[in-house]
Amino acid sequence: MSENNSKAEEIVEEKAEEEEQEKKKEEKVIPYLEDVPFFGLQKLIVLKNKGIDPELIDEYIAKDGYQAAAKALLEMTPEEIIAEMKTSGLRGRGGAGFPTGLKWEFANKSEGDIKYVLCNADEGDPGAFMDRSVLEADPHAILEGMIIAAKAVGAHQGYIYCRAEYPLAIKRLNIAISQATEYGLLGNDIFGSGFDFHLEIYQGAGAFVCGEETALMHSIEGKRGMPRPRPPFPAHQGLWKKPTVLNNVETYANVPQIIFNGGKWYAGIGTETSKGTKVFALTGTVKNIGLVEVPMGTSLRTIIFDIGGGVPKKKKFKAVQLGGPSGGCVSEEFIDTPVDYESIAKVGAIMGSGGMIVMDNQTCMVDMARFFMDFVQDESCGKCTPCREGTRHMLQILEKITRGEGEPGDIDTLEELSEVIKDAALCGLGQTGPNPVLSTLQYFRDEYEAHIFEKRCPAKRCPALLEFEVDEEKCIKCGICFKRCPTEAITWEKKQPAKIDKDKCIKCMTCITNCPSDAIF
Amino acid sequence: MSSENIIVIDGKEYAFSPGETILEVAEKNGIDIPTLCYLKGASPTGSCRICVVEVEGARALVASCAAPAGANMVVRTESPRVLKARRLNLELLLASGQHNCLAQDMDVDSWTDFQLSAMGVKEHEDLCPAYGNCKLQDLAIRYQVKTNRFQPPDTRYPIENVNPFIVRDFSRCILCGRCVQACNEIQVNNAISFGYRGAESKIVARGDLALKDSDCVFCGECVQACPVGALISKQDLLAGPKHDETMMVRTTCAYCGVGCQLYLHVRDNKVFKVTGVEDAGPNFGSLCVKGRFGYDFINDPERLTTPLIRENGNLREASWDEALDLVSERFGRIKEDSGPDSIGVLCSARITNEDNYLAQKFTRAAIGTNNIDHCARL
Ligand SMILES: Cc1cc2nc3c(=O)[nH]c(=O)nc-3n(C[C@H](O)[C@H](O)[C@H](O)COP(=O)(O)O)c2cc1C
Ligand code: SF4
Ligand code: SF4
Repeated sequence: MSENNSKAEEIVEEKAEEEEQEKKKEEKVIPYLEDVPFFGLQKLIVLKNKGIDPELIDEYIAKDGYQAAAKALLEMTPEEIIAEMKTSGLRGRGGAGFPTGLKWEFANKSEGDIKYVLCNADEGDPGAFMDRSVLEADPHAILEGMIIAAKAVGAHQGYIYCRAEYPLAIKRLNIAISQATEYGLLGNDIFGSGFDFHLEIYQGAGAFVCGEETALMHSIEGKRGMPRPRPPFPAHQGLWKKPTVLNNVETYANVPQIIFNGGKWYAGIGTETSKGTKVFALTGTVKNIGLVEVPMGTSLRTIIFDIGGGVPKKKKFKAVQLGGPSGGCVSEEFIDTPVDYESIAKVGAIMGSGGMIVMDNQTCMVDMARFFMDFVQDESCGKCTPCREGTRHMLQILEKITRGEGEPGDIDTLEELSEVIKDAALCGLGQTGPNPVLSTLQYFRDEYEAHIFEKRCPAKRCPALLEFEVDEEKCIKCGICFKRCPTEAITWEKKQPAKIDKDKCIKCMTCITNCPSDAIF
Repeated sequence: MSSENIIVIDGKEYAFSPGETILEVAEKNGIDIPTLCYLKGASPTGSCRICVVEVEGARALVASCAAPAGANMVVRTESPRVLKARRLNLELLLASGQHNCLAQDMDVDSWTDFQLSAMGVKEHEDLCPAYGNCKLQDLAIRYQVKTNRFQPPDTRYPIENVNPFIVRDFSRCILCGRCVQACNEIQVNNAISFGYRGAESKIVARGDLALKDSDCVFCGECVQACPVGALISKQDLLAGPKHDETMMVRTTCAYCGVGCQLYLHVRDNKVFKVTGVEDAGPNFGSLCVKGRFGYDFINDPERLTTPLIRENGNLREASWDEALDLVSERFGRIKEDSGPDSIGVLCSARITNEDNYLAQKFTRAAIGTNNIDHCARL
């Protein structure tokens, strides 16, 4: 008892200490940007223009904007541009990491008088907002990247496929296109070079699968956004069956600087196989959330703990989820993994488009897998059997497990379904959809087993597996739960342990989330 | 033959022409890769994933219906990896709807429950009408797939039974998309397409209307393309799934001069269904609404079986000789009294070019007038 009392005092003391520190912080001099680890450890290429007025082309031009396009259009041949891109080692930032120079070379060599250059601004991963911020903060960089790509492959028409949920991005792209057209940087005879390039925006209705390249092209053609088998690849038969290049927003944002500073410069940043920088949308249980741009090869630890400031006090880092619904999680033991395409894949996750969700010990990994599977089965286009039917059953099994109705054999069925969906689905959505399940099974199989065999959720996140009772031994009698409970199901008096009335309890998890001593089970 | 165009399938080398798919090369050489969604004559969609094969060096399995054969490609059509995927795919399809046929592996109680729940669906009183004539069932038997571990979903969309020809049973639809290909690419009617998304997917007409309110012309191409019991002609449904008692009679459609080849499906000496002959011209399986559904005249009691002659306002049966004599005599009289130009002949699209030729010859030479025309000009 007395031990508990002193614990309560401890917490009060801690609070006071925190407040003191806050005060001290206020008194401190304002540090330089580079001295704040969140900024100092980043390297900005894609985000270098943050802070300019994105609706004023002159501000972009003042930052060397359109110099690379001028160089590409006036001084370089398509082959030279492609060679420079290949030297840079830039790989597509949309997820798959395909070498951009090579992609352009295929499209350049593809026969055809009409070709297209497309930008994938569909960004459908939950929690990802890298592309959005580039589109909103630096739209001209994308235009310039596309102009250079157009010259490299011989295209005169381009489309930016942007989800309609990004109205500000669309507004700013429209302004950028009209300003660039006014300045003679888009349209006919750009820079007097004789090269024509026209650009339009196509608004997608926000289906995740429309980010898949063949579905995206169907969508622009006015058809239902469903993927088709490849080959033929878009470089040979893409939009309207014409040779087409499709790149991600972040990919294009790198291009002007590669042409301006040279491929060698770019290849000097990053690792052997992954060049340049990568933007991550850092979120979850970490102190500093936001966009983080780091050189490839930076370790997850640096990103999460040095730049992100680590997980808040009293919480413990558990895992980090990379690549959203197509990716996987990395547990603490692999936290020193450098972020490059190969190393991340080796530990069971993917680089993906840059979503990075930090999870603490209050995250139930089965529930997390269920969340992503819910997303995948909801976004499945329904065309192919394994994805349409298989993900539905995977979700059902995961729901069953989190409800406490898991049975022996469920893990095997999940693994069997995962294997076949990955192997036999038509497009990337299905082929990567089981990844969150597989990687949580790889690192946190014991959590699945606890749910199934012991009917217990170790992270205390699955309401169906919780008793909603107070462990009187652990309770420090602070009364926080009593104050927070929305249905007045908890009774508590000073110096007495709290009690939960199960009839009134709606299992909202408020008490469990807020209990400072983990006393409710 | 250049050695470049050689592909290895199941350990043997085969020559191919560039552009041919793996499936086509296999088919040509007697290797049976099973398919469901593949529809000859339409572009492959690669959607059902039954025809997947293992291609050495490829990251994932490949849909052989869509993948072009490549030089030195090494393909395995029945490897353990392929079989695992194919069987699970079949299992998932069986569990995707009310497939209450033999391909279920259930204990007696669950079997009864399942049958009762299937029969509880409106108009599901009987066994699936495709029983014994179902590609999914055939494949389930071929690959010994039975299922009981996956729950079929609740029936989302009710049966559509509001037109005289086609019944759409969505609870048995496996969403292979053959009907969509048949309608859009073969008949080019563009009446149906995929609608909704994921597990909610449904084949829809226009904005999810009943066929009769849509652009559908009831050619029935989709019914013929349906590999399962999801699209059934109404007569077929009434006749039930007694395929062993069915006699198939091959014939030529009598409606017009195109000469479409068809099969009459006959039971108890009655035609209850017509399908197009898929491997013969000129129609290669396609038919129009008349050829496919307009056969009820055959057994109609009103149907004329002998010539009739009207006498004193009443019709009486006559022999062909008598009837033709009468017609020729009357024509002769009209020609004599009023001249040949008082007679005109109108031909029908139901007769062949040769018959049309004879009709104009008869008009010009026998009657002696140029008053000959054809209904197609009206
Ligand atoms: C289901 C699915 C969704 C995708 N969504 C996106 C997206 O939102 N943005 C994107 O750039 N790429 C997305 N991709 C990847 C694209 O198909 C394509 O590979 C990419 O845009 C190519 O550009 P990159 O080479 O510059 O990465 C998605 C792929 C799949 C399979
Ligand atoms: S994998 Fe999923 S999203 Fe991709 S084609 Fe198949 S059903 Fe559609
Ligand atoms: S009956 Fe003909 S027109 Fe109507 S949906 Fe079927 S294929 Fe299309």
